[in-house]
Amino acid sequence: MLRFLAHRLAQSVVLLLGVSIIGFGLMHLAPGGPLALYTINPTVTAQDIERVKAQFGLDQPVAIQYLKWAEGMFTGNWGYSFFGGQQVREIVLDRMPATLELMGTSLFLALMIGVTIGIVSAVRRNSVADYASAVAAMIALSLPTFWFGLLAIYLFAQTLEWLPAGGVASTSGGDLVDRLRHLVLPVAVLSFVLVAQWSRYTRSAMLDILNQDYIRTAEAKGLKRSRILLNHALRACLAPLITLAGLQLPLLVGGALVTETVFSWPGMGLLFVNALGMRDYPVLMAILMVSAFVVVLGNLLADIAVALVDPRVKLGYG
Amino acid sequence: MTALLEVEKLAVSFGTMRAVDAISFTVESGEILGLVGESGCGKTTAALALMRLLRGATCTGAARLADVDLFSLDEPAMRARRGSDLAMIFQDPATALHPTIQVGDQLVETLRTHLNLSARQARSRALDLFRKVGIAAPEARLRAFPHELSGGMCQRVMIAMAIACSPLLLLADEPTTALDVTVQAQILDLLRQVTREAGMSVVLITHDLGVVAGMADRVAVMYAGAIVEMAGTDRLFAAPRHPYTRGLLASIPALDQGWDEPIPTLAGSVQSAFEVPGCRFSPRCPLASEICRSAPSLREVAPGHFVSCWNAA
Repeated sequence: MLRFLAHRLAQSVVLLLGVSIIGFGLMHLAPGGPLALYTINPTVTAQDIERVKAQFGLDQPVAIQYLKWAEGMFTGNWGYSFFGGQQVREIVLDRMPATLELMGTSLFLALMIGVTIGIVSAVRRNSVADYASAVAAMIALSLPTFWFGLLAIYLFAQTLEWLPAGGVASTSGGDLVDRLRHLVLPVAVLSFVLVAQWSRYTRSAMLDILNQDYIRTAEAKGLKRSRILLNHALRACLAPLITLAGLQLPLLVGGALVTETVFSWPGMGLLFVNALGMRDYPVLMAILMVSAFVVVLGNLLADIAVALVDPRVKLGYG
Repeated sequence: MTALLEVEKLAVSFGTMRAVDAISFTVESGEILGLVGESGCGKTTAALALMRLLRGATCTGAARLADVDLFSLDEPAMRARRGSDLAMIFQDPATALHPTIQVGDQLVETLRTHLNLSARQARSRALDLFRKVGIAAPEARLRAFPHELSGGMCQRVMIAMAIACSPLLLLADEPTTALDVTVQAQILDLLRQVTREAGMSVVLITHDLGVVAGMADRVAVMYAGAIVEMAGTDRLFAAPRHPYTRGLLASIPALDQGWDEPIPTLAGSVQSAFEVPGCRFSPRCPLASEICRSAPSLREVAPGHFVSCWNAA
């Protein structure tokens, strides 16, 4: 176990290093830059731009910039935003709770609903409910998130005026109910696709499991159908489901980006999109690294969890 | 006195496919009936039909266990009998046990489903059962997972689970087929011992005539979904009447047979019931004649010896 952890940790460091190099490189390869806007501003002279460049260290070779940035990341100094000059770590960590709230709620809801739908579709195969969930899942998987988000806002916020169109809370502060009301639409949109994936995946895994010999044994023992489903079939299903949860994390991060933008949810995703528009390199890189870290950590936890629920899995060098 | 299990004209079909064609047999209390036949002849299907565990199949006929018609019970009543009045052991013990539940818990679950036991009582009962089926270090084995046990050990667990609630009837479906030859003998000894002790009736399903010869009191030979011959074990092996049974017995290689002598085999292959009018063995039968175009039925050719053949000598 310890050797496995050490191995995976070393792997993760290499992985994160790779992500940072590629991310940093791509960012600098992209045309324009944080000062592009000023070059067309007649009141800003070329000398001004050169001076600011030197201040931010943007006149140095990319490799040197990278090393300086990497050293800062390691020592806890994530740099300062090009716009506003705030500490990047403060800005990003400030936004993190909102994103975790959105992602956590969506993942949890999607899991509960998706797995339930999946089990029902597997048990009542080829029933009306099964076909209906298949069609709904196909629609969910085909719709772009942003479009679905806009549709939801138009219908529930604009037309029916049931729910707020964006933000985490009303400007007047907002109690728990108010916050929950703000959470409904973004969570619904973000979890819609996830539910679709979970339900289809659970269905096929359950169908496979229900045909296994040990389910027949459980029936031959005279166990109740509900006990067979929940204790035997679902338990066998746990390992693949946990693996899927780990694999879904990147998708969730990407989905949160779009959802936060559509609903002006003040999380890291919205921050990223805004920073991208302004080429705020330190902020972009910090968010990239935090997301990459979450994904790597999530997958590591998923692997450990799989080994915990399935005694046949021995943690080895993966 | 009526028999413990009376099966009357049991027929199973999947859509238009007839897997079991109106078979009738009885099993006395404490008796071991061998059900023999080649793969696909309907042995397992018949057993699963008795358990009412076949999905997507139509079952007709009657099966009375201790005078209760299993086919007329509602599902909860049937469920209460599964695992308690009639239990089943499966062919491959490695896949028949849940891979991620400790074997002790799987056994305790059976006990607590049917008997009104506390967790602690069930645990100690499970321990006794593990000892009874000859599992060494039973306390530790209770906490083992199936993949940590050998095939023979898994089958012992399955047997412990099957006999846990002292069933009247045990359906053993190829209980030794997936095991090593040396382990096979141990498992058969164990089965014989635990069922004799409890006076349990057994339907032993196998394609292995050697297993039947050593275990069964009576043998029913199945071919393409029907019973073609049924007799006491000694009599069946000494004086087989049906040409199929004879062919089967002739195809057992003898120990003193030379390695280059061909093993006698039955010509042709099994044809399903609806392809052959009349006697379904007739296309492969050396004795086939005009009369075989109409289907024969089981007739008693000697006391307790039934054959379904027009031309049986």
